[in-house]
Parts: sequence; structure tokens; C-alpha cells
Amino acid sequence: MKYVLMFIETEQFEKDLAAMDADERDSAFEKVGRWLAEHQDKITQRGAKLQPAHTATTVRLDTGSEPLVTDGPFVEGKEVISGFLEVELADLDEAIAMVKSWPGCPVVEIRPVEG
Amino acid sequence: MSDAQEALAQAVREHAGRLAAALMSLLGDFSAAEDLVQDAVETALRRWPVEGVPERPDAWLFTVARRRGLDMLRREANYRAKLAQVIWPIMPEPDDRLRLIFTCCHPALPREAQVALTLRVVCGLTTPQIAAAFVVPEGTVAQRITRAKRKIADAGIPYRIPCGEDLPARVNEVLTVIYLLFNEGYLATAGERAHRRDLVDDAEWLAALLHGLMPDAPEVGGLLALIRLHRARTAARFDAAGHLVLLADQDRSLWDHDGIAAAIRLLTRTAQRHLSPGPYQMQAAIVACHAEAPRWQDTDWEQIVVLYDMLLLLAPSAVTRLHRAIAVRHAQGPRAGMAQLDRIGDALYRYALFHATRAEFLRELGRHDKAQEADRRALELTANPAQQALLEERLTWA
Repeated sequence: MKYVLMFIETEQFEKDLAAMDADERDSAFEKVGRWLAEHQDKITQRGAKLQPAHTATTVRLDTGSEPLVTDGPFVEGKEVISGFLEVELADLDEAIAMVKSWPGCPVVEIRPVEG
Repeated sequence: MSDAQEALAQAVREHAGRLAAALMSLLGDFSAAEDLVQDAVETALRRWPVEGVPERPDAWLFTVARRRGLDMLRREANYRAKLAQVIWPIMPEPDDRLRLIFTCCHPALPREAQVALTLRVVCGLTTPQIAAAFVVPEGTVAQRITRAKRKIADAGIPYRIPCGEDLPARVNEVLTVIYLLFNEGYLATAGERAHRRDLVDDAEWLAALLHGLMPDAPEVGGLLALIRLHRARTAARFDAAGHLVLLADQDRSLWDHDGIAAAIRLLTRTAQRHLSPGPYQMQAAIVACHAEAPRWQDTDWEQIVVLYDMLLLLAPSAVTRLHRAIAVRHAQGPRAGMAQLDRIGDALYRYALFHATRAEFLRELGRHDKAQEADRRALELTANPAQQALLEERLTWA
């Protein structure tokens, strides 16, 4: 089955990351790099790290009149999607097991892909 | 429940889950297998009371499910072909119900759905029976089950026993569901029990099934012992009028002493095989302390306080601290108990038993006005008629 893993950052996580010195940040990135390498065979080519939330633009089409263009992510909140990966796995338990060892941001949503 | 109803429930429980597991391996489709079982169970509940429980209930249920399946799944040529070929028993394989249990109690399903699915698929309850047991509308239960089955299929929740490192957490998930069923049934009053299915039966049956399938999982043995120790006191828990009788006032000669001894043996065996006991074993040990005391005044409260301390290390909770406070009250007096209560007042402000306990301690300390106030607060918070009656009585006589 195909799943999309959505990586979600929190305000606290951003603060922690900002408070790290260069060495700590390198080591954090290295951990993520290692995790990606370990799971390479399960990761399809689709996926990306997104630019931070302040770069987001949302267009609402259900306003009844003209589409409404606003600054920021679609849900204004403390948790924002910061990246996604598509993975090919046998079942949800494999996805949960894979996500449990994710060394980056503190929340991950697992969604099966339709079809 | 009458004896005939009880026998019927028993027969369904013994066979529905096996049939579900068998159809599941055959069809590989949880939702389709579940629909067929539910249909067979509903047919059985209509016909068995009239015709009597058949000699081979398993074969009977299977025949109905198969016929229904061939009919219903007309368009699904694949399933139909599989069903057409088989005869019962499908294959004499090891008990497959464990996989069924783990799928029903998957952590990706909401708790209410886990409970409803387990009751329906593993215990063979119908949707109306589940709705009545939890006093919720049938539509609500039906919707929970439909959504859960859709999620199992769409999200790829597997039908298998979780692998090694995931297993302890997943077993805990199952135990939580069983414990919840037990509590729901145990706290029902005698009056409610007369026309409501006794979920305590289902909880004990599930715990015993799980223990049989996973004899080496210590907490499973712990929960089974805990349920059996509580059940052994059933006959003394309500008086003739259906009012709840407190532990201190129970006629201990009514307790099932053989049942208590057997549950304690189970607990001891479990403890001997494993070095560090889990929370269910600790709780069972506490109940065993009560069960072993010949009279209320013989209760070993010091020991119980120690056991609560150990339980709190494993599973910190304000409710457990409330029970510890009660033990402290008996070991060291109401003032010491009150000091413990004061520390959990904020956390348990919405918990009836907290205020009821506080009222009791206050009364013992001679502070009757405050005690009545606490009783009133407890009364506002309790939905269980027996508990409410007990509190009302206290208000009247205080």
C-alpha cells in the first residue's frame, strides 16, 4: 500500500531547533539523513521538505464569489506541515513502525493514498 | 438474564469469533467476514430460542453464513468460489481468534470502535445488544462499526499478531478494552443487570480466551485474576432491594471462596514466572488482600498501602491516589487520609467517588456540615443509580 507521511512541526520544535548550535544542528540533520537512507527502499520518488509556514499562501474557493487569497497556511495554528514523503509498505503497522523511529519533527500523520 | 438466555449467549460467544476468524482467513476481507457472522448470529438469536441450540452450533452458524455469503456476494465471484468449495470446519488450524482480537483493538481505531468491534466480532454480540449494554442509540454503535471497518480496509490495518517489539504495547491496548468492558459491567446495578447483558461475563470470557492464547503474557494473567477476584464477591455486592453494599458491610460468607483461591493461585503462578509485575497484577494483588481477610477488621491495610505505592510507580493516576488515601485512612486514621485527599482535590473535582470519600472522612473528623456539602457534590456527579441511592441515604440519615 502507498502512504503519505506528513511531517508536522510545532512551535516548540522550531524554538528548540533555533536554540541549537551549529554542531547540534548538524547532528540532528545527520540523524534525519541516516533515517532516510535506512528507509530508502520504501520511499518512492515523491516527497519534499517544504519552505517554512510564513511562505504559505492559501486560496479559498468556497467563498461564494471571487476566490479569496490569504497569507499563511490553511489552518492558522501552532502545528504546520513541514514536509511529506510517499512510501510503499505492506500495511499500517509497517508505516507506524517506520514513523516511530523518525528523528525529526515531533508529529507525523500517516495517510493512505487513494487508488 | 435467564438461564436459557445465558446458554444462548454462551453458545454464540464460543462460536461466533471462531467463525469470524475462519471466514477472515478464507475471504481475506474483514468487513465481508464480519457481515456474514453478524447475519448468522442474528439468525441464531431468532431461531435458537424456538428450535433449541443445535447439536453443532459451529456447523450451524457456518452453514447459515455460507448460504448468506453465496447469496450476498453474488457479484464477488472470487469470494463465492471460495465459499462454495469449503466445508466446515474449514481447517483444523490453531486458534486464529488472536489475530482477530489484535485487529479489533488496533490503536489506529478510536476506543469506542475497538470496544464495539471486539464485542461484535470476537464475542458475537449484535449491534442492539451493544447499544443496550452501553445505553447509547443503536445508530451510534452501527456507525462506529461501519467507520471502523472502513478504516481497517482503507488504511491497511493488518490482520495479524503484532511482531516482537510492538507486542507489549498492543497487548496493553487489548487489555484496556477488556478492562473497560469489565468496569462498565461491574458498575451496573442489579436492576440494570436484569435486562441488560452482563458485560462482566464478556470481559472475563475475553480475558480467559486471551490468557489461553497468550499464556506467557503476565499482564493478561493479572487482568484475568483481577476480574475473577472481583466477580467472586458478586453475591455480596447488592442487597435484596438491589442496593449496593459496601465492602465493609458485605457478608463475606457469600463470597465465592473457591473462586478467590483459584484466582490467587493464578496470580501467584503469573508472578512466579515474571520478575516485575505490571499494573493489572498489582491491582489484583490489592483485591486479593481484601479477599483474603476473613473479616473487614482483619484487612491488612499496611500491605495495601505498600501495594498502592508500587502501583502508583507503574501507573500514576489521581484515581489510584484516591484509593491509596482510603487505605491510608484505615491504616493511620482519618486525619492522615484527609491529608492525602487534599493533594488530589483539583484533579478529581469532577469525580463523584472523591467527594463521597471526602464526606466520609469529614464525618469521621466530626465536620458534619462540610461532610453534607461533599455528599451533595458527589450526588450531583454520579449517574449510577445504586451509588446515587447510597449517597441519598447518607444525606437523609446524616
